[in-house]
Amino acid sequence: MTQSTVKEITANGVWRNNPALVQLLGLCPLLAVTSTVANALGLGLATLLVLVGSNTIVSLIRNHVGDAVRLPVFVMIIASFVTCTEMLMKAYTYELYQILGIFVPLIVTNCAILGRAEAFASKNPVGLAALDGLMMGFGFLLVLVVLGATRELLGQGTLFVDMNLLFGTIATNWLIQPFGENYSFLVFVLPPGAFLVTGLLIALKNMFDNIAKNRADAEREKVIKGAKRVRTTGHIS
Amino acid sequence: MVFKQVSSPHGHARQKTGEIMQLVVLATLPGFLVLTYQFGWGLLINLLIATLSAISAEALVLKLRNRPIDFYLRDYSAVVTAVLLALALPPLAPWWLVVVATVFSIVIAKQLYGGLGSNPFNPAMVGYVVALISFPIEMTTWVTPISLLAADISHPGLLESLAIVFTDNSPVDGVTGATPLDLFKHNDGLLVEQIYQNNTLFSRASFAGVGWEWANVAFLIGGLALLKARVFTWHGPMAMLGTLALMSMLFWDGGSSNSPGSPIMHLFSGASMLGAFFIVTDPVSSTVSNRGRLIYGALIGLLVYVIRAWGSYPDAVAFAVLLGNFAAPFIDNYTVPRTYGHDKSRRATAKEKSE
Repeated sequence: MTQSTVKEITANGVWRNNPALVQLLGLCPLLAVTSTVANALGLGLATLLVLVGSNTIVSLIRNHVGDAVRLPVFVMIIASFVTCTEMLMKAYTYELYQILGIFVPLIVTNCAILGRAEAFASKNPVGLAALDGLMMGFGFLLVLVVLGATRELLGQGTLFVDMNLLFGTIATNWLIQPFGENYSFLVFVLPPGAFLVTGLLIALKNMFDNIAKNRADAEREKVIKGAKRVRTTGHIS
Repeated sequence: MVFKQVSSPHGHARQKTGEIMQLVVLATLPGFLVLTYQFGWGLLINLLIATLSAISAEALVLKLRNRPIDFYLRDYSAVVTAVLLALALPPLAPWWLVVVATVFSIVIAKQLYGGLGSNPFNPAMVGYVVALISFPIEMTTWVTPISLLAADISHPGLLESLAIVFTDNSPVDGVTGATPLDLFKHNDGLLVEQIYQNNTLFSRASFAGVGWEWANVAFLIGGLALLKARVFTWHGPMAMLGTLALMSMLFWDGGSSNSPGSPIMHLFSGASMLGAFFIVTDPVSSTVSNRGRLIYGALIGLLVYVIRAWGSYPDAVAFAVLLGNFAAPFIDNYTVPRTYGHDKSRRATAKEKSE
C-alpha cells in the first residue's frame, strides 16, 4: 500500500468521486432522512459501518467466488452487515432507530455499497478495499451531515436537535436556535427542500472544482507566441 | 425596380418582450384596483415589496451570472412575476413572506434554470406554492371584503397597514375571514342554499361571492383586452375556463350538501380568471401549438376543479398550473403542427429516418 494510492483513494472517496455528489448513488436515504443532523449522522454512520465491513469481506473472498454468482454473494454479505448494524442500533440507540425506521434495513439497497463492492473491493487487496469503504462512507456521511445541518437550520431554525438520541445525555443541551423559537420554513423540511439543497451542494462542489481548475491552468507555464520548439535528438548520458 | 430577396421569417414582430410584458402589467390594473378597493392598502404594500425584491434579486443573479443587467431588466418579466405574486398573496401578509416568495420565484424558479425563456415552471406559481406549503397560517389569512365589515370596523389605514406588515402583528380581529371557496371546503353537511343564507359572503353577493366576483370580472376584462391586442390566443384560457365550467356543471347536483358549488361560483371565485388569462397564457412554461394549448388549458381546468372539490386545499390554480407545466413538453411532443407542404403532421411515435 503506497502513500500515493492511499492519498488517491481518500481524495476519490471524500471529494473527486464522492458517492452522493458525483456518483449520485444512495439518493433515497440521502433525501429521506436528512431533515436533522442527528438523523443524518445516525444513518451516515450506519452506512459507513456497512460499507467498511462489506468491502473487507468482499475483498477477502474475491478469489474464491465465481463470476456467475458474485452479485448474490455480495448482496448476502451486505445484508448480513446491515442486520448487524440494525441490531446494534436497536440495542444502543433505540429511539433513533425508530425515527430512521425503514431506512436502516434499506441500506441493503444503497447502490453505493454494492457499487463499491463490485467496482473496487472485488479487484483490490483487503487493506485498500477497507480504506476505500472507509473513505467512500466518510464522503457519504459528510454530505449527509452537511445536508442535514442545512435543512435543519433553514427548515426548523435549529441545529443539533435530538443529538442525545445518538450521544446520550451529554448532548442534551447541544441544541442551538439562532433564529428564535418560532422560526419555521416548512419547504426545507419537506422533500422538495432535500432536492433543492442537494442540487445547490452539487453546484457548490462544481464551483470549487472550476476555481481549482482555473487556478491550475493559470499557473501552468504559458507558451509564448513565436517561440520555437526545442528538438531533442541525442541521449543525455 | 429592384426586388430585394428577404429570407424568412417574413412576419415582423410588432412588439418586443418588454412591451408585451408591460401590456400584461397594464392589463392587471382593473383587477388590481378592484382588489385594492375590496381589501385595502395591503395589496399596494405587497406590490411595492414584491417589485423591489424581484428587481433586486434579478439584478443580483444577473450580476453573478455575468449577464447584462440592464438588458434583462428591461424585459419586465421580473415585474410581471412580482405583480402576479402581489395579486396572489394575501393582503397584509408579513413582509418577509412576500420577499421569500418573490426571491424564490426569481432566483430558484427562473434564473437557476437559465433565465427568462428557459424556465420549465411559471416562476410566480412556484413562489406562491413554496409560500403556501411553508407558511400555511400566514397564507390562509385573508382580509374581509370592505362591504362585509361590521359598521364600526374598517380596514387599517396606510400607516397601520405598514405597521402590520413590517412589525409582524397579525391583523385586527374582524378584519380577516373566510373566502367563498373556504366555505365550501369546510361545509359540514349544509345544503348550498343554507350556506348562501348563513354567510354574508354569499347572501350579499351579486352573483358569486362578495369581493371575488368583481375582482374576477376585472381580470376577465383585462384578459380580454390582452386577447384583443393579440398577446395570446384564445385557446388556453377558453379551454381552462370551459373545462372548469363543464366539471362544475357535471358535479353541481342541484345544491346538495355534497355539492362543491355552482359553475358561476367556480368561474368567479379564487384565482380562476387571473389564472386563465395571466398564468395559463405564460408563453414560456405553456405549450406551443394551438392544439397543444387546448389540451394544456383543459388539463389545468380539470385539475383546478378536482383539487378544489376533492383535494385538501380550497383553491388550486397554482398547483394545477405547475402540474400542467410538467405535462407541457409531453403535450408538445404529441401535438406537432402540420408543416407547410405536408399532408399530415409528424407523428410523435414516428421513427426518424436515417438517410
